[in-house]
Amino acid sequence: MLKILKYSFYDLMRSRWSYVYFLFYLALGFVLLFLNNDLSKAVITLMNVIIVLVPLIGTIFGVMYFYNSKEFTELLLAQPLRRSTIFLGQYFGVAGSLTLSLFLGLGVPFILYGLFRSDAIFNFTLLLVTGAFLTFIFTALAFNIALSNENRIKGFGYAVLLWLFLAVIYDGLFLLSLIVFEEYPLDTFSLAATMFNPIDLSRTLILLKLDISALLGYTGAVFKKFFGTDFGLLVSLVVLLFWTILPIWRLAIKSKRKDF
Amino acid sequence: MIQIDNLHKRFGKNQVLSGVELSIKSGGIYAILGPNGSGKTTLIKSILGMVIPNTGIINVLDTNIKNGWRYRKEIDYLPQIANFPNNIRVGELIRMIKDLRQKPSDEDRLISLFGLEPFLDKKLGTLSGGTKQKVNIVLTFMFNSPLMILDEPTTGLDPGSLIRLKKLIQEEKKKGKTLLITSHIMQFVEEVADEIVYLLEGKVYFKGSIEELKQKTDQVDVEHAIAAIAMQTTDA
Repeated sequence: MLKILKYSFYDLMRSRWSYVYFLFYLALGFVLLFLNNDLSKAVITLMNVIIVLVPLIGTIFGVMYFYNSKEFTELLLAQPLRRSTIFLGQYFGVAGSLTLSLFLGLGVPFILYGLFRSDAIFNFTLLLVTGAFLTFIFTALAFNIALSNENRIKGFGYAVLLWLFLAVIYDGLFLLSLIVFEEYPLDTFSLAATMFNPIDLSRTLILLKLDISALLGYTGAVFKKFFGTDFGLLVSLVVLLFWTILPIWRLAIKSKRKDF
Repeated sequence: MIQIDNLHKRFGKNQVLSGVELSIKSGGIYAILGPNGSGKTTLIKSILGMVIPNTGIINVLDTNIKNGWRYRKEIDYLPQIANFPNNIRVGELIRMIKDLRQKPSDEDRLISLFGLEPFLDKKLGTLSGGTKQKVNIVLTFMFNSPLMILDEPTTGLDPGSLIRLKKLIQEEKKKGKTLLITSHIMQFVEEVADEIVYLLEGKVYFKGSIEELKQKTDQVDVEHAIAAIAMQTTDA
């Protein structure tokens, strides 16, 4: 698997898009810090961007890479390689290079602005870790969609819909249900609903760690009680891990039965 | 070498293979023929494990290939060039396949045989169909595996290269290898093939030498003999 990973990774590192992605984060980091000059505030603004953008890029890159390397995959399938090796190698190549762009692009400006001497380092690290999780989760979901759809346009459409659903529509439905059922106790429901969406989960996790939960009102207090503790942090990370492992596992299973 | 029993494969509603029985002994050149859509490529891909059969057993070198992958070390496969990656350089592709297979290879001899030196640092997508096919041939023939599967090896080749390809095929045969070839060029088949496997509607309709085929169909040349098979079945 490492060999496939290596080739996919090099392939992506040579592609223009990895650099565009890297330079975008680099520019974003510098601009934010230039305008804000306060690391903690920059982290909050950054979170809003990362939470939406990272899943989108992961989804689109994942689908694009899968379809673009279809011929290459067919060539590999005739070689003495395990199927799961081929697909997992490609997956980790894509997700790995995207994560690297994210880490380097944001890491460089923040380190130059004195990250290590500030107390924002924990929040910043948490931000990067959730960013990495989101990249791995959404690339894996995108690979799953691409594997199940022979038709590129359809696959692309489903992938974008998935992102739209989890990034925007889910929140709308969530808020709507809170309003409709406001007479009932909704603490457990809203906690559970958050767990079922990796984007919401990441957002809540970071927001509450950043101590701005006062902005969230009553629900914020409930959330704070859960996510604010070390136990809550641990549970959220485990759930994020589940979100990563499940699609990867499905990818390995599905790829075994597919015809090429 | 290869033993196939009761192989069925369906793509959606389209039944492509319906009970293929085939046994291929070690050594010699087998031509797999059949009209378009008769399941030649599906059969080949089933042997390679790229297509998963619905039912049936395939043994390659006396081992069941189901869920296996190591047996592919013993197979060199020439795919149809329509399915070739485009965004990679020729030299890189050759190095990569060598790296993945970890077997001794003699690509230099083949590269100079087909005059591919000027194309080594060009991307595959920019090459002409014939040049792509030459690269494809180099990738397949540079290893020394006992079983070779060639899917439409003559596509896009100029006469000179075709002669070189035929020579290569004969050399491999002399080494005692088994070759499976699909082609629609009957002249080519007649020149190289020892035995013909004719697929029709997902079954092996005829298996035997070219002479037997001619006798069976009462024809003097292969092209007409093959055409006659197709006619007989449409009449029936």
